[in-house]
Amino acid sequence: MSAAWRILHKDLVLELRTREALSGLVVLMLLVLLTFTFAMDPEGAGNAAPAVQWVTFVFAGLMAIQRGFLLERENGAWYGLLLCPVDRGAIFVAKMASNVIVLGLAQLVLMVLLTVLLGASVLAAPAAMIFVNFLGLVGFAALATLFAAISVRLRAREMMLPLLVLPLLVPLVICAVEASRVVMSGGSLASAGAWLRVLATFDVIFSVAGWMMFEQLVQE
Amino acid sequence: MSARASSAPLVDRVLPIAATFAMLAALWCVFVYAPNERMQGAVQRIFYFHVNAAWAAFLGFFVAAGASALFLWRGRVEHDRMAVAAVEVGMLFCTMVLVTGPIWARPIWGAWWTWDPRLTMTVILWTIYAVYLVLRSSAREDPQIARYAAVLAVIGVLDVPLIQVSVRLWRGIHPSVISAPANKGGLEDPRMVVALLVTMVAFLLLFVWLLRLRYDGLRLRDALQRLEDRLGEVAR
Amino acid sequence: MTGGGRVAALGADAVGKAFGRAVVLRDVTLRIDAGEAVAVFGPNGAGKSTMLRLFAGLTAPTSGRLRAFGVAGPDPAVRRRVGLVAHQSFLYPDLTARENLRFYARMFGLDDADERVRTWLDRVALAEAAARPVRLFSRGMEQRLALARALIHDPELVILDEPWTGLDAASADWLVGLLRDLRGRGRTLVVATHDFQRGLDVATRALIVHRGRIAWDGPASTADDLDGIYRQVTGAVAA
Repeated sequence: MSAAWRILHKDLVLELRTREALSGLVVLMLLVLLTFTFAMDPEGAGNAAPAVQWVTFVFAGLMAIQRGFLLERENGAWYGLLLCPVDRGAIFVAKMASNVIVLGLAQLVLMVLLTVLLGASVLAAPAAMIFVNFLGLVGFAALATLFAAISVRLRAREMMLPLLVLPLLVPLVICAVEASRVVMSGGSLASAGAWLRVLATFDVIFSVAGWMMFEQLVQE
Repeated sequence: MSARASSAPLVDRVLPIAATFAMLAALWCVFVYAPNERMQGAVQRIFYFHVNAAWAAFLGFFVAAGASALFLWRGRVEHDRMAVAAVEVGMLFCTMVLVTGPIWARPIWGAWWTWDPRLTMTVILWTIYAVYLVLRSSAREDPQIARYAAVLAVIGVLDVPLIQVSVRLWRGIHPSVISAPANKGGLEDPRMVVALLVTMVAFLLLFVWLLRLRYDGLRLRDALQRLEDRLGEVAR
Repeated sequence: MTGGGRVAALGADAVGKAFGRAVVLRDVTLRIDAGEAVAVFGPNGAGKSTMLRLFAGLTAPTSGRLRAFGVAGPDPAVRRRVGLVAHQSFLYPDLTARENLRFYARMFGLDDADERVRTWLDRVALAEAAARPVRLFSRGMEQRLALARALIHDPELVILDEPWTGLDAASADWLVGLLRDLRGRGRTLVVATHDFQRGLDVATRALIVHRGRIAWDGPASTADDLDGIYRQVTGAVAA
């Protein structure tokens, strides 16, 4: 796992230096959120906050994850990585982890935006909210990281990543939205238990599947 | 499949005949032999096709996932062809489910579409495997595309139980506006059970036949491509 | 594929590579022993780069059998013994020269990573530019850093694709010296180049690749008329 840590460290150094992913992601989320607000009755928008939260997150997140792989293709650095004597699973773990970190930070900003713009009661139970967000984030990052390794190689990559990931994400979106709804309306984590269990299962299945199948996607 | 290649001619001669007769028998059972359903009337008869098409669609997607896993493991092109054929045939039956569903739902539930858990699940599966076909056609020249598609087919089937559970939960807390239908699977008359079973056999035979046809079609396409390439080389 | 009990650095047995329907290499059979220095010549599009990528394990053959150090298929232990300089530099533009080298040194699990990074930065004359991001480098500087990146783990098999590209005359001569030094230390070299003179300066054996096949293979010493052979081999097949 030390190889995974080194790749993750390299990715975070690159992100800190360019701040491309995070800044782009935050602005994109703001724009999607504003578009939602304009498309809805602003007064009643608070009820839609859980749905708006996850739709915004998923679409902005897909863009950011795609970009993470494009970064590796400049100068063919990706091939340099493949030449290193490390397990391909470690590359997946590193890429997924850096996506989780960047998207996690973006999620915190999204929470602030939801509170300010839609009046969502995110702060009612901050710890529970973070827990729900984290479960949704991990499963999303696992699937999107796996399929971004595919789409980055395709000509129609901007279109293919959402096509590949969105249908598979349906269970995650359903459960994340419902769990968010429970927490935002003041319910306890226990009352969102069923949703959280599906989310956790989703996270485990696709993290392991991604780790195991990544090798299949990087060989040429 | 290659192991059975020697018996292929006989199977290929018997299958179309068997499927045709089974399908004729199924039609007779569904429209003549089975009685009208008391609550729903004649429209209920579409159920025999609807349900069996759903099973055939699932079968196709699971065969595709199994063949894809084998392809990833062993790298044999036969398994890849089998996966493509199974997705295509599965999509055909899945589309049939999505067409017959609304035809039945409209008179019974009063709406073409409802977010019934099973219907919802079917439409999600349909999109996953539609993307599989888009992926394959979008980059036919990329030699890696078979492996990418195989990963999608395997991940898709891993997703099935999660979709099922989450869709059930989701509908559970959003009660349907339309009143729940009379027991969908309730077969009050034994003749209905017979009709269902005969139709099931017919669909299974049709499934296997179509699968073999598509598999052979893909094999011939590859063989033709190899011949063309060889001819091109000779010409040079 | 072993001869005299020794494991070949590279053994190719009827290796072919196709990208979809485009066949790039066909029926490549050869053995490269440890310590050999092989120059690979051939026109553009002959399949040299693909052959080198196959040798480096970056891509798998579509037919035939390829072994590096007696091992077929991808194996991290083999990757540790191979270094590749390709057309692309494999360097991260937003990392500095030192960060790039340090990253790769650590990925190869080198204990003395920092020491090696320092040595190589000196050797490729980039010590003063070590803290600058690669994005700001000239083509020549980037190529020298790419060489350092590929050699930092002291690989037994060094594969170089047009390594003189972008280097000025002084650096190019320096690279000839470096490669001869590697050869002197028993490393195996495979160098693809258009430059007959420099190629033969470092090589003990020459290959000519034409239309995806090995069209000529012989000791570099007998190749004083390589120009003529090259024209004959590539011209004859083309006619």
